[in-house]
Parts: sequence; structure tokens; C-alpha cells
Amino acid sequence: MLGKLTWAAIPFDQPIPLVAAALVGVVIIGVLAWITLKGWLPYLWREWITSVDHKRIGVMYILLAMVMLLRGFVDAIMMRSQQALAFHSGGYLPPEHYDQIFSAHGTLMILFVAMPFMIGLMNLVMPLQLGVRDVAFPTLNSVSLWLTATGALLVNISLVVGEFARTGWLPFPPLSEIAYSPGVGVDYYLWSLQISGVGTLLTGVNFVTTVLKIHAPGMTYMRMPVFCWTTLATNLMIVAAFPILTATLAMLLLDRYLGFHFFTNEAGGNVMMFMNLIWAWGHPEVYILVLPAFGVFSEVVSTLSGKPLFGYRSMVMATMAICLLSFTVWLHHFFTMGAGADVNAIFGITSAIIAVPTGVKIFNWLFTMYGGRIDYSTPILWSIGFMVTFVIGGVTGVLLAVPPADFVLHESLFQVAHFHNVIIGGVLFGAFAGYTFWFPKAFGFRLHEGLGKAAFWCWFVGFYLAFMPLYVVGLMGMTRRMQHYDVAAWHPWLLIAAGGAAIILVGIILQIAQLAVSIRRREELRDVTGDPWNGRSLEWATPSPPPDFNFAVLPRVEGRDAYWTIKQRARQQGRLSEEPRYTDIEMPRNSPTGFICAFFATFMGFALIWHIWWMVAVAALGAYATFVVFAWRDRVEYVIPADEVARIDRANRSARGAALVHMQATP
Amino acid sequence: MSAFEAAVGHERDLPDRRDMAEYVAGGLVSKRIIVGYGFWIFLLSDIVMFSAFFATYAVLVDATAGGPSGRDLFNLRNVAIETACLLLSSFTCGLASIGARTYRGSLFYGAMAATCILGAAFLFIEIHEFADMVAHGAGPTRSAFLSAFFTLVGCHGLHVTAGLLWLLTMMAQVFAKGYRADIRRRVLCFSLFWHTLDIIWVAIFTVVYLMGVEQ
Amino acid sequence: MSDSGQPRDAHYADTAPGDNPFDRHGTGEAVGSYLIGLGLATLLTVVSFFISGTTLVWGPSIPVALVVLAVAQMGVHLVFFLNITTGPDNINNVMALAFGVLIVFLLLAGSLWIMAHMNYNMMPMDQIMRMQR
Repeated sequence: MLGKLTWAAIPFDQPIPLVAAALVGVVIIGVLAWITLKGWLPYLWREWITSVDHKRIGVMYILLAMVMLLRGFVDAIMMRSQQALAFHSGGYLPPEHYDQIFSAHGTLMILFVAMPFMIGLMNLVMPLQLGVRDVAFPTLNSVSLWLTATGALLVNISLVVGEFARTGWLPFPPLSEIAYSPGVGVDYYLWSLQISGVGTLLTGVNFVTTVLKIHAPGMTYMRMPVFCWTTLATNLMIVAAFPILTATLAMLLLDRYLGFHFFTNEAGGNVMMFMNLIWAWGHPEVYILVLPAFGVFSEVVSTLSGKPLFGYRSMVMATMAICLLSFTVWLHHFFTMGAGADVNAIFGITSAIIAVPTGVKIFNWLFTMYGGRIDYSTPILWSIGFMVTFVIGGVTGVLLAVPPADFVLHESLFQVAHFHNVIIGGVLFGAFAGYTFWFPKAFGFRLHEGLGKAAFWCWFVGFYLAFMPLYVVGLMGMTRRMQHYDVAAWHPWLLIAAGGAAIILVGIILQIAQLAVSIRRREELRDVTGDPWNGRSLEWATPSPPPDFNFAVLPRVEGRDAYWTIKQRARQQGRLSEEPRYTDIEMPRNSPTGFICAFFATFMGFALIWHIWWMVAVAALGAYATFVVFAWRDRVEYVIPADEVARIDRANRSARGAALVHMQATP
Repeated sequence: MSAFEAAVGHERDLPDRRDMAEYVAGGLVSKRIIVGYGFWIFLLSDIVMFSAFFATYAVLVDATAGGPSGRDLFNLRNVAIETACLLLSSFTCGLASIGARTYRGSLFYGAMAATCILGAAFLFIEIHEFADMVAHGAGPTRSAFLSAFFTLVGCHGLHVTAGLLWLLTMMAQVFAKGYRADIRRRVLCFSLFWHTLDIIWVAIFTVVYLMGVEQ
Repeated sequence: MSDSGQPRDAHYADTAPGDNPFDRHGTGEAVGSYLIGLGLATLLTVVSFFISGTTLVWGPSIPVALVVLAVAQMGVHLVFFLNITTGPDNINNVMALAFGVLIVFLLLAGSLWIMAHMNYNMMPMDQIMRMQR
């Protein structure tokens, strides 16, 4: 009746997951109760859960990412403390548990922190920068969000019901085959990724179409902000790479569920083919993570240096070059698997080549800052921190791209240090820069500066303390994922690394405090004009937060840094541009389709994992029915009357007018 | 003018009011182009997925583990019939999309029905082939080659099945709601999908069947 | 897409992929386009089937010939059924297709090249010896 699911699935005999689950359960129930008692449920349903507005969806993505960051970071603390303690000792985490922790840590951080954070930022900002009202397919956007949430939910349920994969964040066969991983752990991983992978692919389709086909009048491709170019490149990579992931995981699922022989040891299966395919996805994936961060830095650096971005054309070309080249390097993840010198050499060369466009970008950012008047607030601190940190990580990457060196360093802590160096230094610092930069636009008030700076310094110092020792210890020969070890020389370095993790923990606490304090003090920190950073692109032309329709009238774009041009003209003429002629605006209706589809997807995933076949059928039918009901809708849009549009826009204009007067008065 | 055209008459003018809306005033593209392009991008992602299965098939084609190979199993006469069915259905699908664009009920429904029958015939032959192979001990669990074969060809068959479901849904929607702009956009997407399935079949019958038999 | 002079309100005249430029003007030309496509595709299919079984063509060239015929038929489908042309209204569609084709090529060629090397290097020594005999 319930497939493989029994009471034995709940880890009553393991205190750590049990206590963790209980704590999380209490928090979730507490939050839900608080929301219900305050009467916020109808509002949340109407305005957020069923929203198809790109700004709200973006915020929800980022919220998901931040919550998952906490869970992933707890895993990291556990790993660091285990390795600090486990010298000539077993530590406190038995191997079966430790294996699940590092697997969950990688899976969560890459797929449910970094991806949603970047997708959230692109969602929030890109349509505003293009000067349009929404993305190409708003309801599909909502479906993508909720399917991603489903994936995250399934991974977290595995903590309480059953177990997670013990294979690492990529489930290499034959360990991940049913013969060697007979439990449900790998299945949790596989279904979680397949479901959220659909969501991500749909986002890719959505954003490529938006960037290529939906612009404000006059916004040609070469006038788009660089963040929109990186959005385009990222989503082209998503469209091209994620199908490979879907196919590969499907083949592993077929092996596990139906006894196929793609990657088994018998009947002709080829284990190496899995590695080949999964890294053909895996390498573009890391560029999918980092390119939006590069876009964030382009925006932050140019705005906070008060200068247009240096070398716009070369930035665009570097971005598109990375998009294409990222599909030519994937073998460098398995140099040691035995393809031979010819193949290794070619891929080593392509891996070195792909460092060049990134170098171009770094120089462009440096030249942008040079000669500018820099506003040393939190976003630019993250950007400068990124430049230093990412260069170090990139350089160690080029070192690893040399096959002979990689033969020594593959799967050592040197490699671990390298990818954390580029992912934290690149993606996470970019995420935090974007978060602090665009928070006022999303919510209408700024984040507390002092706490933001303190958090940055804790992250920066903590990162170096946590990861530089790992380079050392990797060169000393320590392999990754060790549950215990006996080499005395490694121990002091791992203690330092644990100390670094503790400092990062302080940084995270400061970020949480920053959010709480900013919300409490939001009236003091209010962003009245909608343009707190003296911005250059069109999102800063809207009020903070922008109305549903973004722009009362789509702006006419006449050059790059479109909003800067508008502002300069206003300053020269001493007045705002003329009031436009307001018309009715049609906006897409909210829809519960995304949420309901994800609801059924969650049950379908859970039922597939536990072999509850009747539930699979019911849930699949439910998802299909939801889709058909959605397709049968007659009323797709609602109208915002011209008066309402005028009222909102006039309020914005008066705030801007006041700011202009103030600016003219103070030379 | 048919009864249907009378029912949906006010939508006759091209381009549609809904497609124009604010778009022309703002110099933006029509919804038809946006939806068509978006679906085209999705189809390209589907083609990449198929190519992952193709790559796996090509790598595993000799991994027969002592069991039967393509030469032992494939019946080219059936493949020829399947190919004819699918190719003809692509043609009838084209006719159906013309019918939708010009609001001709007889053309639309007739051509869609023909597409459905031809697609179903294709599936019938394919399922028969699979069942036969399984009955003779040449199922997907026999060897890596067979796993790859069943997955690649089966994935295409699943897409055809989904396409038939979609086809029937489209016929129902046009029947219920007429040739509304958004429904015609969906018919456009369906025809893109169906033609792409035929393109993938060209690759399959060439690489899997013709090359498999010839060895 | 230059950024000088009159801002070009790009893509308004684009064609959606799959849209037949004829069917606004008359069903005759549209049906004609599909008929030609059907005819050419049938021809190419028949030739493929014939070549695969025949001894009239030099053996080792058959796979190449089959691939060429398959690619040609895909082209026929793209042009006559999907109406992907090289006109300025179709640029985005063609670029997207080119990107997809490139990725497919990299994945297929790359995988085959890599796996061939891997399989050879992983072959047990007695099989290598047998191959060399």
C-alpha cells in the first residue's frame, strides 16, 4: 500500500538527524502558525504564491536560496568540525552519515542555493533593465519556481524520512547503481534533480525568449545592460546543457528501477559514459552559475564608480565566447580516467583558453574603476573581494587544467579549495553584491550599511582562513571527503580551516541581523526616489518597489546606460521629461498553476522514491489535469485602468522632481 | 462560410487585435512570434536531450554482451512502414496548420484526424516490435546495447504518444473555443513539435536501423 | 544591430518558426510547399533504404552516404515543413538552430572520440593482444 515506506525510514536511532528534524519541524510549524494567526495567508496566497510577477518570483527564489544556504552551511560546519576532530579518531559522525552530509552539502549549495539565487536575481532585474513589463511566459516562470522548491523540499525530506545519497553530489556509478546503493538515498537525489531540472530548463527557454524578443522601443542588442547579456548567455547554456543532465539521470534511473544496463558492471554497461555525459552538463553548469555573477559585477562596478562600463563590446564578446567555449572543456573533470595523452592535451588546451575571456572581464572591471569616483559601500566591497578571490581561484583552476598536475591533485583538497574559491569568490560574492545592490529596488528600503560591511569582512577573512589551508593540505596529499585520517601534518591546517568556518558563521549571523535590523528600521532607510545608488540602467527609473506593470509607459531608449541619459537630460534642462499619455495596461492574471503542479510533483517524486505506484499515477494525473485546466482558461489578463497608472506614475514623478530640485540646489 | 467560421467570425482579421494590442505602438513583436520562438528554443533543448541518448547508443552499440545485435533483430520492412506513416503524418500536420491559419474547419479537423491515425499506426507497429523483442529475450535488460536501443527509440515513441494526446487536446480546444488567437498559437507549437519528431525519426532510422542492419 | 542612427524597432517583421509565409496569401502555395517537401523527403528515404541494402555502392562508403542523405532530409524538413529560411526575418530562428546544431555536434563528436579512447585504454591486455594478431 505504501511501497517501501515503513516506520523504519525515520531515523529514530540517530540522534543528530532526529534532533535537527525536530528543530526544523518546530520552526516550520511556528512560522506557519504565526502567519495564520496574523491572518496573512489570503494575502500570501493572492500576492505571492500565485503570483506570476517576475519581481515577486525573483524574491521568492532568493528567499529559497538563502534558507537552503543555512542548511548547506550547517552541513559545512559539520564537515569542518568532523575533519578537525577526526585525527587518530573517528570523530562524531559515522561514515554512513558523513557521506550523506557531504553529498547533501554539494547538492544543496550548487543546485538549491547558487542556481535559485542567480535565477532570482535575473528574474527580478532583467525585465526592468530591458524596460518591459514581464518575462515572455509569466505563468511558466511561476511553474519553474515551484518545481525548484519541490526539488529542495524532497532533498530536505530525506533528512527525516529515509536517507540521502552517499555518493557525493554527482552520483557516479557503479556506486550509485542499485546493487551498491540499494537504499532510497540516490533515488531522492535523482527525482529531486529531475523535477527541479524541468523547472530550470523552462526558465532557460523563458529568459532566452525574453532577452531576444522583448525590449523597450529603441533597445537594440548592443544597448542592453551587460547583466542582460549575461542572462542571455546563461540561459542559452541552460537550454543546451540541462537536457544532457535529464538524459543522463534518466538512464541511471532506468538502471536502478528497471534493470537496464547503461552503467552497470555487467551486460556491457559502460561506467565511464556516465562520467562523460554528466560532466558534459557539469561544466557548463558552473559557468551557468558564475556568468550572472559577472553580470552583477558589471552593473555594480560601473554604477558605484560613477562611470560607464569600460569595454562594453569586449564584455559582450567575452560573455558569448564563454557561452560557447564552456561546451568544449568538460573532460578536464576526468583527466585521470584514462582517455590518454592526446585527448587530455586537447582538453587541457581548451581549458586554458577559456580563462582568457574571463581575464578580459577582470581587466574591464579594473579599468572601469580606474579614474572613477568610487562609493565604497557594501556592493563594491563584495565586488573588489570577488576580483581578488576569484583570480586566485581561477589561477588554481588553470593549474589544474594542466593534465600532469591534475594527475597529482585530482580529488584532493586542492581541487576542493579551487572550486570553493571560484564558487564562493565568484558566485556567492556576486549573489551578495546583487542582494545588497538591488534590495532597495525590491522592497523600498535600504539594507543597514554597517552590518553589511561587517558581514562582508567576516565572510572575506573567514573564507581565506577556511580554504587556503585546504590548498596546503591538498598539496600534502590529503584526498577529499575523508571521514578520518592519521597524518599529523594535516591536523593544524584543518583546525585553522574549522576556525575559518566559524568566522563565516559570524558573517552569516551578521547578515541575518542586518536583515532584521533593516526591516525594523525601514522608515529611516526608506528609498524615496527609487534611485539610491545614482544608477545608470532602467530599473532605477521605477519607484521602489516598482508597480506591477513596471513602467507606466515603456521608455524610449536612445543609447547605452539608458537611464543615465534620461537623468543627464533632466539635469541639463532642470526639469523632468514631459508627462506621458497614460493608457490602460493589460497584465497577466495570477495563477495557482505553478504551485498546484509542484504540489503534485512533490507527491509524485516522493511516491516514485518509495515505490508507491498508485500515488505516482494519481499525482501524474493531477499534474496533467492542472495543466489542462490552465490551458482551458478564458480570462488570461486583467486591466489596470489609465487613471490608476497615472496616479502611481505621478507619485513617482513628484518624488523624482523633488530629488532633481534638491540636486540642482546643492552643486 | 461554415458554421464554425460564423461562430468565430470576428477574429477573421489578420493580424489579430490581441496580437497587436500595445505591441505595435511600442514597436514590440507579436505574441505569435514570441510563443513560436520560445517553443522553438524548447525544441532545440529536446534535440540536445535526444543527442545525449544518441551518443550513448553510439557508444554502446557493440555492447551486446553475447546477446542479439541489431542485425539479428531489426525488421526493415516495419521500419519502412513506420517511416512512411510518420512522414505522411508530417504532411497532414502541415495541412492542418494551414487549416487553422485560414479558419477552415474541414481541412483542420480532417488533417488532424489523419495525423492522429498515422501517428497511432506508427506507435502500434513500434510497440509490436518492442513486445516481440521482449518476448524473444531481447528486452532492455539483456544488454547495454538493448538498453540504449529501447531508451532512444522508446523516448521518441513516448514523445509521439505525448504528441497524440496533445493533438486530441488541440482538436477539443478548437471545437470548444474556436480559432481564438491563443489556440492558434498552440496549434503552431504542436505542428513545430510534430515536424521535429519526424526529423528525429530520420536520425533514428538512419543511425539505428539502417546502419545497425548493414554493419 | 548597430547603436547609431535611427533605433531599429527590431524583429517586428520577424517570422515565427513554423509559420508558412504563404498561408496568408493563399492555401495553394502553402500546400505546394508541403507537397514538394513530402516528395523530396520520400525520395531521400527510398534512396536511403535502397543504399543500405545494396552491393552496388562501395561498402565502406555506405554509412557516409546514409548520413549525408539523413542530413539532406532534415534540411528538407526544416525548409519545407518548418519554413526555416535564410531571410532577414528568420535570423533569430537560424541562429538558435545553429547553436543547437553546434552543441549536438560537440556532444556527439566529443563523446565518441573520448569514449573510443577510454574503451581502448581500458581494454584488458588479452583483448589487445588478440586484436593485434
